[in-house]
Amino acid sequence: MMIGEERTLAKKLIQEIFRISSKEINLMEFCGGHTVAILKQGIRQLLPGHVHLLSGPGCPVCVTATGDIDSIIHLSGYRDVITATFGDLIRVPGSTSSLQKSRAEGNDIRVVYSALEALDIARQNPGKRVVMVGIGFETTAPTVAASILQAAREGIKNYLVYSLHKLTPPVMKALLDSGEVKLDGIICPGHVSTVIGARPYEFIPLNYRIACAITGFEPLDILEGINMLVRQIESGTPCVEIAYRRAVKPEGNLKALELMEQVFRVGSAWWRGIGEIPGSGLQLKEEYRVFDAATVFQLTPQDATEPAGCLCGEILRAAKTPLDCPLFGKKCTPEQPVGPCMVSAEGACSAYYLYGESDG
Amino acid sequence: MCLAIPVKVKSINGEEAEVESGGTSYKASIALVPEVKEGDYVLLHAGYAISIIDQQEAEETLRLLREIRVI
Repeated sequence: MMIGEERTLAKKLIQEIFRISSKEINLMEFCGGHTVAILKQGIRQLLPGHVHLLSGPGCPVCVTATGDIDSIIHLSGYRDVITATFGDLIRVPGSTSSLQKSRAEGNDIRVVYSALEALDIARQNPGKRVVMVGIGFETTAPTVAASILQAAREGIKNYLVYSLHKLTPPVMKALLDSGEVKLDGIICPGHVSTVIGARPYEFIPLNYRIACAITGFEPLDILEGINMLVRQIESGTPCVEIAYRRAVKPEGNLKALELMEQVFRVGSAWWRGIGEIPGSGLQLKEEYRVFDAATVFQLTPQDATEPAGCLCGEILRAAKTPLDCPLFGKKCTPEQPVGPCMVSAEGACSAYYLYGESDG
Repeated sequence: MCLAIPVKVKSINGEEAEVESGGTSYKASIALVPEVKEGDYVLLHAGYAISIIDQQEAEETLRLLREIRVI
């Protein structure tokens, strides 16, 4: 995959990691995009055997709670509703159905790439209510906020958002507080950080003495991030470093933060496998309630049972790997997924399945 | 989900820009990066530019990596 100078620099970084790394460490890549890149590029095999990479909960489709999937399916059943959703969510099983099944039953469910497309659908279908399912972390939330502000400016009254947006620092805190998995360093999400910057992670080295590196998605970015983490850990000086300086500023994207702040308020959210985490979700502010599907359709966050035998919850907490799951590759495959970690292209199970990660 | 791709901004019209990647042009919103200029590279996520790529930082990163001396 790598060419020319990139390969030379990658070799140097790997040699440097081998030189300075002396002890057994666990690094968690928070973001599903990193999990995919690491497995696809075979980065684990390039590292010392005592540097372990664990996949974290950074897959929005995967962490959407079953109860919330049930609410979306319920919503899609209204005759006058067009449900607009980002791709993979449509295949995620709820308690008894999925959006895909709901669509097969004749409900109007459309896959969109952007909230702007959902807004277009609303313009073109004035007799219908178009509900954009807002999933995603801080990368996506500002785009949905911008779409709501645009709808308000243009007076589009049939555009609604069901906000299930989630925040990354609070879930990191919840995982660290649980103490379930011992972590030495976190590969922090690159694109979330273009929005929130570096400061929201500062409590991690400060309160938990855990190293942080905000990392891009190219092989060199990932190796540089790991090198930073190993150096911080070995020298006993955990901090937040940015290995993705071309895209991430320490203060983040102030405009994106401003729009998020304008439209959303911080509230509680349900995370699959983790449960309810106060302060980890975004809901629409009172002044934007006419755009709020949760208010208009009276949807309330709820918990629901997970598919039997599925280890997605444990896998999202990095307590288990896909290889620990008895369903993996047998009853659960990308064609016939049981849980969301196999549905989403950036779910750990899907990445392990596609890129052939094995215990060896 | 948080996938973002680098694209080049070709032209700007209000909050909308025409961007290009690999020879394909499409429209993107620049509502989140109002300071962007034509010719800049941005990271595009879900139809919105979310970050302007800093070329100087990109070169500086490469320079620092080149400086690693492995003993």
